[in-house]
Amino acid sequence: MNKIFSLTEAVQNLIQDGDLIYAAGFTHLIPFAAGHEIIRQGRKNLTLARATPDLIYDQMVAAGCAKKVVFSYMGNPGVGSLRIVRAELEAGRLEWEEYSHFGMISRLQAGAAGLPFMPMNPTAAVDLELANPNYRTVQDPYSGGGVVVVPALKPDAAIVHVQRCDAQGNAQIWGIIGEQKEAAFAAERVILTTEEVVPEEIIRADPNRTLIPGFIVDAVCVVPHCSHPSYTQGYYDRDNAFYLEWDKISQDRQAVNAWLDEWVYGVSDRDEYWEKLGSEVHDRLQVDPRLSTPINYGSY
Amino acid sequence: MDSNDYSSSELMIINASRLLRDGDVVFVGVGQPNLACNLARRTHAPNLLMIYEAGVIGAQPARLPLSIGDPTLVSGATAVCSMYDIFSLYLQRGNVDVGFMGGAQIDQYGNINATVIGDYAKPKVRLPGSGGSKEIAAWANRCYIMTPHQKRRFPEKCDFQTSAGFLGGRSERDEARLRGGGPQAVVTDIGILQPDDTGELILTALHPGHTVEEARLNTGWNLQVSPDLRYTEPPTQDELTILREELDPQGIYIKGSGG
Repeated sequence: MNKIFSLTEAVQNLIQDGDLIYAAGFTHLIPFAAGHEIIRQGRKNLTLARATPDLIYDQMVAAGCAKKVVFSYMGNPGVGSLRIVRAELEAGRLEWEEYSHFGMISRLQAGAAGLPFMPMNPTAAVDLELANPNYRTVQDPYSGGGVVVVPALKPDAAIVHVQRCDAQGNAQIWGIIGEQKEAAFAAERVILTTEEVVPEEIIRADPNRTLIPGFIVDAVCVVPHCSHPSYTQGYYDRDNAFYLEWDKISQDRQAVNAWLDEWVYGVSDRDEYWEKLGSEVHDRLQVDPRLSTPINYGSY
Repeated sequence: MDSNDYSSSELMIINASRLLRDGDVVFVGVGQPNLACNLARRTHAPNLLMIYEAGVIGAQPARLPLSIGDPTLVSGATAVCSMYDIFSLYLQRGNVDVGFMGGAQIDQYGNINATVIGDYAKPKVRLPGSGGSKEIAAWANRCYIMTPHQKRRFPEKCDFQTSAGFLGGRSERDEARLRGGGPQAVVTDIGILQPDDTGELILTALHPGHTVEEARLNTGWNLQVSPDLRYTEPPTQDELTILREELDPQGIYIKGSGG
């Protein structure tokens, strides 16, 4: 079965208004191109879940795609405030549901494992647990002590960017692996974006590196440079200058709209976006190789 | 600049660095805590093991990391794992000695607010939220806090407890039976606060040139002073050189007052 689609087709077919989506990636491999495609297609009333909403959700909230965010750290990573999500929350225009990182990731872990909830040891910092009724404390049936539990998170769709996969979606990731695997297993539908599609033999030559098996993947989209201004380990660096620039842009709604017009609505896809960034940016984000030593699986 | 001329940020980073012990496993944050850890590793704690909440173990960053998931943390690290693993196998299981915390408010018992100023449901100022701090504060053996010393950052009580210090006093934390020991020191640009027997943060050290009066004026509760109050050693030329020339040559985190 051919799973290779354009990102446009994948979003058309697999993301619906009102969906709960999880665009995965902790700083690394954030699928910005998919966020932009969802904006272009005008999806509405989405619930956007991510440990760190990052600029991708700031932009999607700015474009009016979201009715709610689910998060555990709402900042512009390494820069400061995530201005648009923050302003919408403060104005009461955006619903939110909040966890700690461990709470958020435990929710995904439960979803990925097919469990109803996941227990955690208590932290004694109960204010968030009181503010969010999804946090409960139950008795450990063995010791009698209390454990804090959070319910499984089961996104309608997960979007996961990877370095490489085969045409079936058997996907290999290296570098920070965050919550990619858990998001994919927890979700009902999985869109994989990939820097490159490689022959199945390449995947089979290094099976330990495969985090996501193709059979849970619905669409494979070949989208080089998908995660800019985030990064893809070994392929291109994080564009920190843009994270700083967004801090300025996002202070002014007109500037945000102009940016969306130019960089999201004004381009048809990621290739056009990447070309438009120009050679100065391409050169600045280039990374020198640092190869691992091949290992011997043995022929049996 | 010479060793008698340093910024508030440098002063805090250097004093935080000195609190780390050789062989500590440290849950590192980006920015100033990262610099404190790398400085310690290059001076008195060469065997410091740095782990990052993004799931990186034994990082040896070749450049200054600009985000908590910077790719330089991965290249040359000893291991990379998922976020679920870093929070469960490493932190919850009890494999972390030191955690660094930050926040908008730190109260008299070392509880921290990184979530909201005002009412949670109708936020006046919405802050980033917990991230890893709810669990780090509970489960790391020792927690350190770095913050500029300002009255608004040191209220008697936090608007919201994002992470636990000694709660309403040391006995309350003891009753909660958390595995971690709670906050051990708050390093400011005036001095160092540490918990007394009741868990209340008291002034135990002043940086050279600073006064008790200054510390009291900039604290939101009636700050007590330790009978063993000491002065910290000024930053050494060696510490300043490593910070300025090797770790943060562009001065991104070491200039100014920090926070």
